[in-house]
Amino acid sequence: MQNHEKTTNAIVYAKSLSKDVKLFEITNPYIAQKGLPGQFVVIRHREEGERIPLTIADIDRTKGTITIIFQEVGKTTKDLGKLKEGDFLLDILGPLGVPTEIEKCGTVVCIGGGVGAAVIYPIAKALKSAENKVIAIIGARTKELVILENKFKEITDELYITTDDGSYGRKGFVSDELKRLINEGNKIDRIWAIGPVIMMKVISDLTKPYGIKTTVSLNPIMIDGTGMCGGCRVQIGTETKFACVDGPEFDGHAVDFDLLMKRLSTYTHECSLMEQGRIYPTRIKAGLINQTPTKTMISKSKDPLVTLH
Amino acid sequence: MAKPQKNQVPMREQSSEKRTKNFNEVPYGYSPDEAMQEAARCIQCKDAPCVKGCPVEIDIPGFIKAIKEGDFKKSIRIMKEKNVMPAICGRVCPQEDQSQKVCTLCKIGEPSAIGRLERFIADWEAQSGEIEIPPTPEPTGKRVAVVGSGPAGLTVAGDLIKMGHEVVIFEALHKPGGVLVYGIPEFRLPKSIVAREVEYIKKLGAKLITSFIIGKTETVDELLKEFDAVFIGTGAGLPKFMKIPGENALGIYSANEYLTRSNLMKAYLFPQYDTPIVRGKRVAVIGAGNVSMDSARTALRLGAEKSMIIYRRSDEEMPARIEEIERAKEEGVEFHLLTLPIRYFIDEKGWVNEIECMKMKLGEPDSSGRKRPIPIEGSNFRMPADVVVVAIGQSPNPLVPNTTRDLNMGKHGNIIIDPLTAKTSKKGVFAGGDIATGEATVIQAMGTGRIAARAIDEYITEFRKNW
Repeated sequence: MQNHEKTTNAIVYAKSLSKDVKLFEITNPYIAQKGLPGQFVVIRHREEGERIPLTIADIDRTKGTITIIFQEVGKTTKDLGKLKEGDFLLDILGPLGVPTEIEKCGTVVCIGGGVGAAVIYPIAKALKSAENKVIAIIGARTKELVILENKFKEITDELYITTDDGSYGRKGFVSDELKRLINEGNKIDRIWAIGPVIMMKVISDLTKPYGIKTTVSLNPIMIDGTGMCGGCRVQIGTETKFACVDGPEFDGHAVDFDLLMKRLSTYTHECSLMEQGRIYPTRIKAGLINQTPTKTMISKSKDPLVTLH
Repeated sequence: MAKPQKNQVPMREQSSEKRTKNFNEVPYGYSPDEAMQEAARCIQCKDAPCVKGCPVEIDIPGFIKAIKEGDFKKSIRIMKEKNVMPAICGRVCPQEDQSQKVCTLCKIGEPSAIGRLERFIADWEAQSGEIEIPPTPEPTGKRVAVVGSGPAGLTVAGDLIKMGHEVVIFEALHKPGGVLVYGIPEFRLPKSIVAREVEYIKKLGAKLITSFIIGKTETVDELLKEFDAVFIGTGAGLPKFMKIPGENALGIYSANEYLTRSNLMKAYLFPQYDTPIVRGKRVAVIGAGNVSMDSARTALRLGAEKSMIIYRRSDEEMPARIEEIERAKEEGVEFHLLTLPIRYFIDEKGWVNEIECMKMKLGEPDSSGRKRPIPIEGSNFRMPADVVVVAIGQSPNPLVPNTTRDLNMGKHGNIIIDPLTAKTSKKGVFAGGDIATGEATVIQAMGTGRIAARAIDEYITEFRKNW
């Protein structure tokens, strides 16, 4: 048994992918050995820190490293973004969640919105290895935010890029591009769509009438990631599921996205209070403030719909 | 010998007005004088029924006698022969149902205050700064993996280490202690005390690996390749919900989440700590067990104007310890008994704002032996609440059972064990605590841990081929 010391959580490579998207390659031989596409880790970066879930974006089993890609949107991810090569993460737990079902299904479309592109990358890569024809659509608000383009090129048969402002690729949303592919009569056997909740909802609504099986990866607020707290519950059809142990991937046609969006906003009020600097620890301790501020785990104040795994 | 005092020496505590405004521990504990005075009440009866009443068989008359004589060092040594976590047990064990229940002094008045004395002697040792580490036993060369660092796992680890075996404890969370750190609030069991007791077990020689989840990072089958035996003590970590309309609304927590945020993640110190918690003005806790009391009392400390227990049966059936119910009442928790929530009303943003309830009456006894609660037709009413904590129990955590071959499971998701040996259906694998017994108390988990440790020792040293 190897010592599970902090050294196994060293950041060996750090890179900025865009203005606020960062990539860390971290040593953790155990997770690198076991991790599969679609799974996630829960990390904690400092003693007073939150536990946040981040999807495993890549794995190097020989080097014993995992890669995580995250957007600096809340306090924790902003703190995380300040870490550099050679720094350590306090805790990494994983690999968690049910891995993506990788099989040969024919033609698959992998759609990644924003930092969701990082989450879908390992899935697309595995689907390609399973001899599928892989079409990828990645979208971002603007050119600077498009990530992993070259990596996607290596593993896909077709790659389409969209930007909201038209500064790169086609102007529009990833859903417009999918609509085009469907309208042009391309035979699509399965779709994976990962990104902002609203994007996953739009894609799922779009594919439902065509009966194309659409898998989405959900990112509710989570604490332990082991099924213990029930904070990550999501409504799938008539059933309540825990995203951490039953997911994170679910059938997009059965997900209650509106409920997910609402639940993601649980702490936005407190978050904005904190960002405005209206809350001070001393006042809370002294019992002067009753309604406490809070900050979201992975959503943020400006746009609660931006997901971040 | 003079006749013993009828009543226990009282333990000083924070007033209810004061304590609901902080997370500090409620009782202050005995001073040495008070402890010696209380210890003198024990009549040192020969048959010592208290020892049989204690699930881990502490030499109770022995450690109390040493306190009476002022030999605190000797007292803690006697204590730790059987119990490596006295500061925890002295605080959270239901002594009134165990050792104290059968105390001979009950015939003339109050029983000996065994729990308070246990707590005293543990705290005395910690304050003295001289923690005595017993001599290291001869290593046996045998290795045991302990999965989960809650009360069951820590007991197994402590016992096996003292027998000379090598022990590695695996914990999924970032801090050891299991329910002692995520579930039981600071005001009942300060986390520094849990850390201290875990530190002691580490000093004895146990190795602890946190943020390592068996069933995911490694499986039990893989552990068996490296260890001579595996003990599973993963607890009852899956919260139950009522499955009533609106239960996924914002502001509705499982007790596990509510308490984990506050205790493990220290959300009560937000924003000094990063994890938030919704601080409700009117908090309703569903259920009336110990976890419910902990949740309702936590809500008050988080600033709730009203903290309510909603329970479908009556006063008599409440599963919480009487002491916990009393403390909750002192602090102003309201009890809405014979009341069943049937659905939640939600505002336009998705937040809970009202609970629809029905009044209940009690019928004939059900399978649990308690009177069955029956809804009263047409008694529906609404109760405003902005935070709801569902504290109706937990199921065993399925992660390990689902990833381990040949493990026989009970119909409630528990691992089936032989109660005399804690052996599971799988060779070399033992289990104890809530994962095996279903929801129980800290000391019961420690009790099964003790049984398992003995059986594990026998199994790995004699290496019996028959399982």
